[in-house]
Amino acid sequence: MTDASHRDTWRRHTQRQGLTIWLAWLGLVALTVWCWQIMTRDTIWFFVTDAPTQAADIGSRMWPPRLSYLPELLWPLWDTLNMATLGTMLGILMAVPVAFLAARNTTPSALVLRPAALFVIVASRSINSLIWALLLVAIMGPGLLAGVIAIGLRSVGFIGKLLYEAIEEVDSVPVEAVIATGAGRAQVLDYAIVPQVLPAFWGISVFRWDINIRESAILGLVGAGGLGLKLQSSLNVLAWPQVTMILLVILATVVVSEWVSARVRKAII
Amino acid sequence: MLELNSLQKTYRTGDKALNDVTLSVPEGQIVGLIGPSGAGKSTLIRCINRLVEPTSGSITLSGRPITGLGHRELRAMRRRIGMIFQEYALVERLTVMENVLSGRLGYVGFWTSFTRRYGADDISRAYHLLDRVGLMDHADKRADALSGGQRQRVGIARALAQEPELLLVDEPTASLDPKTSRQIMRLLTGICAEHGLPAIVNIHDVPLAQQFMQRIVGLRAGQIVFDGAPSALTEDVLSEIYGAEDWHAMRRGAEEDRAAEADSVAHLERIGA
Repeated sequence: MTDASHRDTWRRHTQRQGLTIWLAWLGLVALTVWCWQIMTRDTIWFFVTDAPTQAADIGSRMWPPRLSYLPELLWPLWDTLNMATLGTMLGILMAVPVAFLAARNTTPSALVLRPAALFVIVASRSINSLIWALLLVAIMGPGLLAGVIAIGLRSVGFIGKLLYEAIEEVDSVPVEAVIATGAGRAQVLDYAIVPQVLPAFWGISVFRWDINIRESAILGLVGAGGLGLKLQSSLNVLAWPQVTMILLVILATVVVSEWVSARVRKAII
Repeated sequence: MLELNSLQKTYRTGDKALNDVTLSVPEGQIVGLIGPSGAGKSTLIRCINRLVEPTSGSITLSGRPITGLGHRELRAMRRRIGMIFQEYALVERLTVMENVLSGRLGYVGFWTSFTRRYGADDISRAYHLLDRVGLMDHADKRADALSGGQRQRVGIARALAQEPELLLVDEPTASLDPKTSRQIMRLLTGICAEHGLPAIVNIHDVPLAQQFMQRIVGLRAGQIVFDGAPSALTEDVLSEIYGAEDWHAMRRGAEEDRAAEADSVAHLERIGA
């Protein structure tokens, strides 16, 4: 060992890098302070200090939930579940062809159909289902059908995007082997690609169904039927115990759907 | 009889994978293709069923041209050429039987294959082949439940289900242990002998090639540098094929693999599969 000739100090960063990092942190803190000042300029502090009292007041008016309201909620709950399930099915029906058109390894035309399919996916994803429902209620009047279609249109993008990514990730070796047998295009899809994406497909569909149950519970706010409609009418007449009851029903539904989707995902892996 | 006439393949990267390869394989002959990685072995057999598109030259099988076929004729030609892969290339989530029956895809229509309602001939042939490769009891298992050696047997049964006139075999034993490798080679050569089936076998294990092949072709940098009986494979010939220490060829090998992969992906995109 030639110990004498080696340095005994070591730094992760050079002095210059260290200074840059320190200045960046300083800038971030300054920005935060400045934003806080702008944000609080128009705040009426009386309301903020009063917030706990107000929350306690609403809380006391919301409690206890009005249990006798439950029977009236069962039918809208059934509507909400149907809206989520039918909407998910509609979304799957539209998303599967779109995904195969969008995936680089299955699209029949990379120049025309692939960009078109990607556009459909982006368009569907960029509009929230509440907005879709708002538009559809305006176009076709209030009711469950508008809700089903709104859920379906929003789901196309979600399912389509995840599914086309799964299709692009398939192992190409079995695909090559099936092509080598002289199989046609549709047969290659059926024998080499579909079996590889099937687990992803079920996982994605159940996941989206799970999300759709939550979303369909509030679509009634804009007139698309289901629990949201009840929520809106209860809020309008300030019937806070009923609002609590509705929130509890939504919570229970979401817990159940979460459990179902976890079971399904476990079964297919 | 398979004939390759001054076959050339140049990848888009400018890599010359095959350079003026002329070769003929008569009925019933098993040819071992040896050479360092990157010599173009993989490219050569993929040119024969046009998973890789040759740049120039011609290929004929029993007098019928393979190069220059349209989509429909190419499918009809491919079903006469069985292919066996290094990593088995089974569809893992399908059953063993479905994998074997997929060898019939070139013969049956989409609806028959989609509903899995194959004709009695196809089914009895599939059972016969499973029996021949010793997997009769595994027909309804999923392919991913089998061991490596068993999977390769399914791969062999699938290729034979095509009733091929020619077998292309790409490193059949590279993923197997020495004992299983010998069993697979014995099975493969036995089946070829039974049916008088010609085969081209890419193989990097020289002793295994000498033991099982009737003829050896040595490829180096895309050119044939040896063609003869296994017994003629002396030390001198081997060092001519592999080079004493040819690091350059090894590096090219990695490059060629990447280029081949990119090329076949591009090809798959083009045919929309």
